[in-house]
Amino acid sequence: MSSHVSSPEITHAPEHASGTGRIWKTFWVLSILTIIELGLGYYLYSQHGGLSHGFTLATKSLIGILTLAKAYYIVSVFMHLGDEIRNFIMTIIVPLCLFIWFIVAFLWDGNSWKNLRNTDAGSREAPKTEKVEHAPEQGAKH
Amino acid sequence: MSATTIPSGTKWWNGGRSPFNISYGKVMMWYFLMSDAFTFGAFLISYGTIRFSVNHWADPNQVFNAFPFAGHANLPLAFVSLMTFILIASSVTMVLAVHEGHKMNRKGVEKYMILTIIGGLAFLGCQAWEWTHMITGEHKVLVNGAIETWGTTVTHNPWGLAVSHETLSKLGLAANEHVTTPGPIAFGGYFFGITGFHGFHVFSGVIINLVMYIKTKLGHFDQRGHYEMIEKAGLYWHFVDLVWVFVFLCFYLV
Repeated sequence: MSSHVSSPEITHAPEHASGTGRIWKTFWVLSILTIIELGLGYYLYSQHGGLSHGFTLATKSLIGILTLAKAYYIVSVFMHLGDEIRNFIMTIIVPLCLFIWFIVAFLWDGNSWKNLRNTDAGSREAPKTEKVEHAPEQGAKH
Repeated sequence: MSATTIPSGTKWWNGGRSPFNISYGKVMMWYFLMSDAFTFGAFLISYGTIRFSVNHWADPNQVFNAFPFAGHANLPLAFVSLMTFILIASSVTMVLAVHEGHKMNRKGVEKYMILTIIGGLAFLGCQAWEWTHMITGEHKVLVNGAIETWGTTVTHNPWGLAVSHETLSKLGLAANEHVTTPGPIAFGGYFFGITGFHGFHVFSGVIINLVMYIKTKLGHFDQRGHYEMIEKAGLYWHFVDLVWVFVFLCFYLV
């Protein structure tokens, strides 16, 4: 039998799911997403940096999107946020939107900082070869 | 899919009832977790800013390629995948404990809480091994024309660019010797700072879960008539898993 928390803040007690099917389904979703992420990460590694900058960035962005999908499943199913009423979901989600500005602004700043350093604040061309020395050999003794 | 039987058109904002339909304790746990998300977010974004600002950063596949008892085998991503799956599994046992709590099944809650605590301890053990491996690692680094042996610490980063064969032969070293230049010093501070802050959350989560297990065992929640404390501890534990998902992304995958 399902128990209900009796609290003056709760007007309508939620019905809890009787089975564990949804929990296990989420477990498999999270596992498969993680395996796909690892596969993409390993693919980037196995190419020894021979991929174009744009393609590498796109693959890394895809890994980032898969991570957001995992976060959605953890918060919605494991933390039961998806079962709360809309008012409560919004009080959590809306403030988190600050992260959109936070990430974009600061990564942009970091990138700008790099460009300024490489060009002496725009007074000269950026060096053609950024990597002076060769990349470490794979499988080398560490 | 717990379909709430809330009549449509309920006036949530007209007073007389909470507009959130959730107990005070859980609301406050959510707000705490939201503030904690900003703390972790600020750390990770700061790391990202510094990483974007330099021309060369340590390649995670080279830094994290070791596995216990595997010697010098090159196994990129393997150990951290194990840690990730341990944390996902312990998140599942936690949500199963919450589920048993809804059914007022004390034995079930006890069983899954124990499994969750074991998962948390296993994760901490993995992290202790990884840190030890990083700090005590020995890497040849070319510093001011001389070779030094460095581990990865908050003051030393041996993961810079590799030294070319020509430079090596000028120094009188074998051409196949793996020698690097020092990398950006921030790497160790960010790695140990952020994974340490997360590890401390895992540690306090294990303590909280242990307290919840003892309270379950003593029958406190049966007397109270509900297992809401397990739900609150669960929210914290899932948040720790959630943070790891992002730490995993920022430090190991990209």
